[in-house]
Amino acid sequence: MASAAVKTVNTGTIRPGVWAQFRWTMSNALIITRREVRDSFRDWRIIAPIVILTFLFPFLAQFVAGQFVNYVTGFGAELIGERTIPFLLMVVGFFPISISLVIALETFVGEKERRSLEPLLSTPLTNTELYIGKTLAAMIPPLVSSFGGMAVYMGSLVFGELGWRPQPMLIVQIVTLTTVQALVMVTGAVVVSSQTTSTRAANLLASFIIIPMTLLIQGESAIMFLAPDAESSTGIGALWAIILGMVVVVTLLLRVGNSIFNREELLGRTIDQLNLKSAVRRIWRHMRMVDATGRPARSLVEWYRGGVFASLGRVKTAAWITIAVFLLALAAGFALGQTPEWRLTLVATGSLSETATNLGQYMNISTQLGGFRFILWQNARILLAATLLAMFSFGVAALVLTPAVYVVLGYLFSQVLLSGVNPTFMFAGVLTHGIVEIPVIVIATAAALYLGAVVTKPPKGMTVGQAWTAALGDTIRIGIGVVLPGLVLAAAIEAYITPRVVLLALGGG
Amino acid sequence: MIEAYELTKVFDDFLAVDRVSLSIPAGSVLALLGPNGAGKTTTVRMLTCILAPNSGRATVAGYDIIEQPERVRAQVGVLTEQHGLYERMKAVEYLDFFGRVYRLEAAERRRRALNLMERFGLTNALDKRLGEYSKGMKQKLALVRAMLHNPPVLLLDEPTSAMDPHSAKLVRDAIIELQRDERTFLITTHNLTEAQQLADKIAIIRSGRIIASGAFEELARQFVGDPVMELRTAAPFNGLVKDVSDLVTVESSGDDWIRYRTTDPYSINPALLRRVTGLGVDVVTLAPVSQTLEDVYLQVVKEDEGVPANGERGG
Ligand SMILES: Nc1ncnc2c1ncn2[C@@H]1O[C@H](COP(=O)(O)OP(=O)(O)OP(=O)(O)O)[C@@H](O)[C@H]1O
Ligand SMILES: [Mg+2]
Repeated sequence: MASAAVKTVNTGTIRPGVWAQFRWTMSNALIITRREVRDSFRDWRIIAPIVILTFLFPFLAQFVAGQFVNYVTGFGAELIGERTIPFLLMVVGFFPISISLVIALETFVGEKERRSLEPLLSTPLTNTELYIGKTLAAMIPPLVSSFGGMAVYMGSLVFGELGWRPQPMLIVQIVTLTTVQALVMVTGAVVVSSQTTSTRAANLLASFIIIPMTLLIQGESAIMFLAPDAESSTGIGALWAIILGMVVVVTLLLRVGNSIFNREELLGRTIDQLNLKSAVRRIWRHMRMVDATGRPARSLVEWYRGGVFASLGRVKTAAWITIAVFLLALAAGFALGQTPEWRLTLVATGSLSETATNLGQYMNISTQLGGFRFILWQNARILLAATLLAMFSFGVAALVLTPAVYVVLGYLFSQVLLSGVNPTFMFAGVLTHGIVEIPVIVIATAAALYLGAVVTKPPKGMTVGQAWTAALGDTIRIGIGVVLPGLVLAAAIEAYITPRVVLLALGGG
Repeated sequence: MIEAYELTKVFDDFLAVDRVSLSIPAGSVLALLGPNGAGKTTTVRMLTCILAPNSGRATVAGYDIIEQPERVRAQVGVLTEQHGLYERMKAVEYLDFFGRVYRLEAAERRRRALNLMERFGLTNALDKRLGEYSKGMKQKLALVRAMLHNPPVLLLDEPTSAMDPHSAKLVRDAIIELQRDERTFLITTHNLTEAQQLADKIAIIRSGRIIASGAFEELARQFVGDPVMELRTAAPFNGLVKDVSDLVTVESSGDDWIRYRTTDPYSINPALLRRVTGLGVDVVTLAPVSQTLEDVYLQVVKEDEGVPANGERGG
C-alpha cells in the first residue's frame, strides 16, 4: 500500500529534454497562478478597479478625446487633437497595470505576512516555479484589464463617429510598452518585497517603483506629442529606445528576483530589521580573512597573498568584461574622431608646439606641483562615484562612467593622427603613468562591476545579502590593497614624470 | 528514513541549531522536545529543505536535503508551526490546490481529501471558507494537507497544540495507524504525555544542542534512576522503615507508605512482602510509581543547566 501511494507523489523528476522540462516548469507554475488569480478575483478591492478601468474609463477617455479633438480643431490645431488619441490610449492602458504593483506586493509580501508561504515552500515546487507562478499571477489580471480597456477605447474610436484610423505600429508600441511596464513593476515589486516582511513597509518602498514609472509615463507622453516621427509607419524611434531600455531593466530585475526569491531568503528573516552592527562586522571579517574558514591575516604579506589575491581572482571575469568595454570605448572615440563634423580645429594648424599647447589643455596634463593631489583626487572621485552608482545599477554604471575617459582618449588619439603629427608624445603623455593607472582603473572598475552585479547571481550556497557583504569586503580590500596605492603611484608619475617625458618626446623645451 | 548528521544553522551571528544528529528508522516516531526557542522548528525547516544548514548533512527518505531538495519535499508531509491557510478559500478548493501541487490525479485528490476530512471530523466544514475555521479546525485541516499525498515521512511541528482532547486523540490514533503502515514521523511537541505515548524515541534539544536522546525507558533510567516502588499498608505502622532497611533503601515514607528504588524487583519485592507480612502488617498495594516523561524532561533540562552555555552563543 505504501509504495502504491508513494507512486502518485510528484517526485520532481528531471524529465529529459529542454522543452519537456519547460512544459513541466510552466505547468507547475500555472497551478500557483491559477490559484492566485482566482484569489485576486475574489477580492472586491481588486475587482472593482479592474471593472471600472476596463469598461468605464475607456469611454470616459473616448469622450474626452472626442471633445478635445473638436475643441482644438476649432482653433485649427488638428495635430494636437490627433495626437491626444494615442496618448489617451496609453493612459487607458497604463492605469490598470498600476494595479499589478498592488497585487504583486500582496502576493509576495502579503503571503509572507500571513505566514501562508511556508506550507507552499514545503511542497516540491522549485523556487523558479513559484517565482514564475506568482509573477504571472500578478501580471495577468491587470494586463487583461489593460488590454481590455485599450480594446474598448480603440473600438469606440475606430467604430465611433470620430472614425479614427490609427497608425498600426504605434498601437503595437503602446501595447508593448504597457506590457513591459507591467513587467517592470511586478519584477520590481518582487525585489522590493524581498526586503521587507510587512505590506506597510512594502507599500512605502513601492514608491521607488511608482515614482520613476510616473516620470517615464510623462516622458512618453511628451514624446508622443512632440516626436517628429510621430506619424511614422515604423513607430516612434524614441519609444523603441524606451522599450529596449525597459527590456534590459526587466531582464536584470528578473535575474535579481530569481536569485532573491528562494526559500532561504524568504524564511531566513522574519522581521524587518537592519542589523547594521552585524553587517559591518561581517564585512570587516571578510576584509581581513585569508581563507574560507575566515581566519584573519596576521601580516600584510599574508593579507595580500591570501586575501587581496583571492579577491582579485573573484573579479577576473568582470575584469575581462571591463577590458573589452574599454577597448570598445577607445575604438568608439577613435571612430568618432574620424567623422568630419567632430574634428578639432587644431588639426589644421600644423605647428607642433601649438598642437602641444592645445592638446595640453584638452588632456589636462598638469605641470604644477599641486597636480599630484588634483590628479589623485580626480581619479579616486571617478572610481568612487562609479562604485557607488554601480551598487544601484547592477554594475551597469561602472561600465558607463569610467570608459568615458577612454572614448575621449581614443578621440584625441585620432585627432593627433589626423593632424599628421608623430603620435609618440601622445603615447608618452598617456602611457607613462598609464602603465600603472590603466590596470588600476581596470581593476577598480571590475570590482565595482562585480559588486553591482553579484546580486543578480550570488555564488552557489550564498544568499543575496551574504554575497553582497562578501563582495563589498572584496571591493574594499581591492580598493585599499591595490587601487589606492596604484592611484597614488600613478598620480605621482603623472604629476612629476609624465610632463618631462612628453616634453622629451616633443623634442622641445 | 531520516538521518541527520551534525546539522547546524546560524542566523546572522546567532547559533540556532548546533550540530544536531538524528536517526529515525522507517516506521518509527521521534519526538523532539525542548524549551521555546530551542531550535525545533529550525531543525524541521532544515529537514524540509526550506532553510539550508550552514554545515552538516542529512538525508530524508534516501534523498540528500542539499542536493535533492525537490525530491525530499515530495516525500515529506509537513505540518508547519504556523498553518498559514488561504483564508479566502474553501477547504475543498484548498486541498484540491495542494493535491495539484503534489500532482495527484483528480479522482485521487478528491478521494483522499474526503477520507482525511472525514477522519478528522471536518466533513461538514468542507464548504466553509478557511477564514471562518476555528483554531483547532485550522490545525486539523493543515494536518490533512500534510497527509494528503500520503507521504512516507511526516514532519509535524506541534500537531495537537490547539486541539480539544478528542481531536488530539484522533490525531494520535491516526499517527499510530500510519506508523504501523511504515510511515516515519518526527514530531515536535510540548505535550509530554503525548510524546511518551507516541514516541519510540525521544530527543531533547536545548539552545540548539541535543542534550539527551533515546527511548523513554533508557532516558528514565539514565536521568531519574531505577524504577521506584511504593508499598502501602492498611494502617499506620511505626518503625517499618527501620525494619526493612537491610532489604531496601527507603527514599521517602509516610505513616502508611514507603518508597524505594530497586534494580531487581523480581527478587526484592517478594522478599519485602514476606518480611512485611511476617511483621503482621497488612499490605494494600505494592506497585511501581510510574515515571513520567515530565520527570525525565525536567531532570534533563535541570542537569543541562549546570553545563555552561557555549561561549559563541549570543544574540
Ligand atoms: N528567521 C530567523 N532569524 C533569526 N533568528 C531566528 C529565525 N528563526 C528562528 N530564530 C531563532 O532561532 C532559535 C530557534 O527557533 P525555533 O523556532 O527553531 O525554536 P523552537 O524550538 O521551535 O521554539 P518553540 O517551542 O517556541 O516553537 C530562536 O532563538 C529564534 O529566535
Ligand atoms: Mg517551534
